[in-house]
Amino acid sequence: MGNIFLASLIDGLLIGFVYGIAAMGLSLIWGVMDVINLAHGPIIALGMFGVFLLFNSIGLNPYISLIIIALVGLLGGMLIYYIAIHRVLTAPPLSTLLATYAVNMIIIGLGTAAFSTTPRNVNFSLGSLGSGMITVQGTRLVAAALSTIITGGLYFFLYRTRPGKNIRAVANNRAAAELMGIPSDRVLALSFGLGTLLAAVAGGLISTFFPFTILAGGAYELKSFVIVVMGGLGNPIGALLGGLILGVMEGLIPLVLPNTWVPVLEFLLFVVILLVRPYGLFGAKK
Amino acid sequence: MKNFKNIGLWVGILAVILIGIWPIMSRNPSSRESTSVILQSIVLAASLNVLLGFTGYVSFGHVVFFGLGGYVGTYLLSAQGWPLWIAAPAGGLASGILAFLLGKAILRLRGAYFALATIGINEAMRAFVNNFGPFGGPIGMTLKFKIYNNYGGANQALWIAYYGVFTLAILAILLNFFVKNSKFGLGLMAIREDEDAAEVMGVATPNAKTWAYVLSAILPGIVGALFFFKNGNIEPGDAFRLNYSIEMLVMVMLGGQGSVLGPVLGAAGYQGLRGTLLTSPIFKNIQLSVAGILLLLIVLFIPAGAVGWLRRRFPRLRRFLP
Repeated sequence: MGNIFLASLIDGLLIGFVYGIAAMGLSLIWGVMDVINLAHGPIIALGMFGVFLLFNSIGLNPYISLIIIALVGLLGGMLIYYIAIHRVLTAPPLSTLLATYAVNMIIIGLGTAAFSTTPRNVNFSLGSLGSGMITVQGTRLVAAALSTIITGGLYFFLYRTRPGKNIRAVANNRAAAELMGIPSDRVLALSFGLGTLLAAVAGGLISTFFPFTILAGGAYELKSFVIVVMGGLGNPIGALLGGLILGVMEGLIPLVLPNTWVPVLEFLLFVVILLVRPYGLFGAKK
Repeated sequence: MKNFKNIGLWVGILAVILIGIWPIMSRNPSSRESTSVILQSIVLAASLNVLLGFTGYVSFGHVVFFGLGGYVGTYLLSAQGWPLWIAAPAGGLASGILAFLLGKAILRLRGAYFALATIGINEAMRAFVNNFGPFGGPIGMTLKFKIYNNYGGANQALWIAYYGVFTLAILAILLNFFVKNSKFGLGLMAIREDEDAAEVMGVATPNAKTWAYVLSAILPGIVGALFFFKNGNIEPGDAFRLNYSIEMLVMVMLGGQGSVLGPVLGAAGYQGLRGTLLTSPIFKNIQLSVAGILLLLIVLFIPAGAVGWLRRRFPRLRRFLP
């Protein structure tokens, strides 16, 4: 029993790191411009397909593909911002929700036509570590390590560099930031790009250990909502912690209850946190 | 009684009757099915309008009431052997009770937080029903064919369901109209414009919001029960399909939120468009993308919807466009 417990705990933790990255993308966009990106899931799925296509066509190592995917994610996100978000940024929340949902429909529609909905997987393995009951897939370890590095990098970017400080300034008070000479349009576009970059990279990492379809992003999008609400808005460390909590829950709950109860508990937790602490478990009251 | 002299009310009802009368005249099963999709959409969109258009709260998970009504209705029909005309309203009652219980809690949240909470509730409900034995778990429930014999055979049962949806669509328009022209509705619209100010002016906002939520939940529950009676079986994935709630939002947006006629136009327009795209050889595969592009254009350029645009463009028509 002790071994099973430990194995589930480690599995959950490792997955949790990747959940954290996905949620960070949602959290950044939400925190900076108060937009809930409903195209988050399809972008995660596009990240998965990026790795899949590059691996299957030219045999590129998934971790090198991630660099390409990150770049495309950043530029694609900025494009989405200028086309779909910029005009409705100051409109009531429904407008931005529907605008990002429209982007979601466009991606899913084209993606379904191009890739169909048969499950795919990336046939890539790094072997496994450990012995007996406790074995850990190499790809999961690397994914967790990369996620930690990305979180650190994002933290450094937001707190130690000029563009990152601009993003935080705009998140804090857009009008005041503009008065200080910060070009808020460009900063918002950059934040949206960063958010989609994180989502796409998270998708790329997930594709190395789970099979997926173009619709697979939806489940991770919902998980990201839960994590963001747990971790508080615009806070990378909070998102990572939230991801780890969710990962551990998913690892440990199946030990005491049937697997299918996991989503029930996840979403109940989500609604309860929204009601009791809408500013997050770790965040301060706004 | 002065409400009944209002031309706008009759325009709304006439629009629904014009949409719904054709299959009854022609007795054509295929036009009955396509029209019943539109009428069902009108019921759902108009119900959502009470919350979204009048009160300004965005419910992204409204399909939870449709699904719950469907489940309660199907359960009462198949396991308890209740007749349809009790089982369907019971589905609506169950949805109304759920909305009442949820209302006080989640309506404290504002804006996007409320929208997210409704998504969470829908997903929690779907996951719960997936595990709930009496409702058949992941397999769902199937109505035995002999149940339809009580209604004069399967064909006659489909007609009964159609008349039911038709009636509900007219009820939904009446509901919208009377809410909009009542003191209660005025309170809701005050909440939409500025909730804090409304509270200061003496609107009991928690109660008003809760009742708006309940009113917007009952008809979707009844129509859910009718739909799954017609369908013959119910599964968690069909009943709590999140996309369907977003389609409801799109229909309300398309027609014009906060107007009585808006949901009718929106539902007819959206379903008509969807049918055309699905059957056209060019757009069949990418119909979702085409719908997405249209939605984006509407959100970006005509956020007030068709009715809102017409009302602004032609002020003289306002009397006829409730």
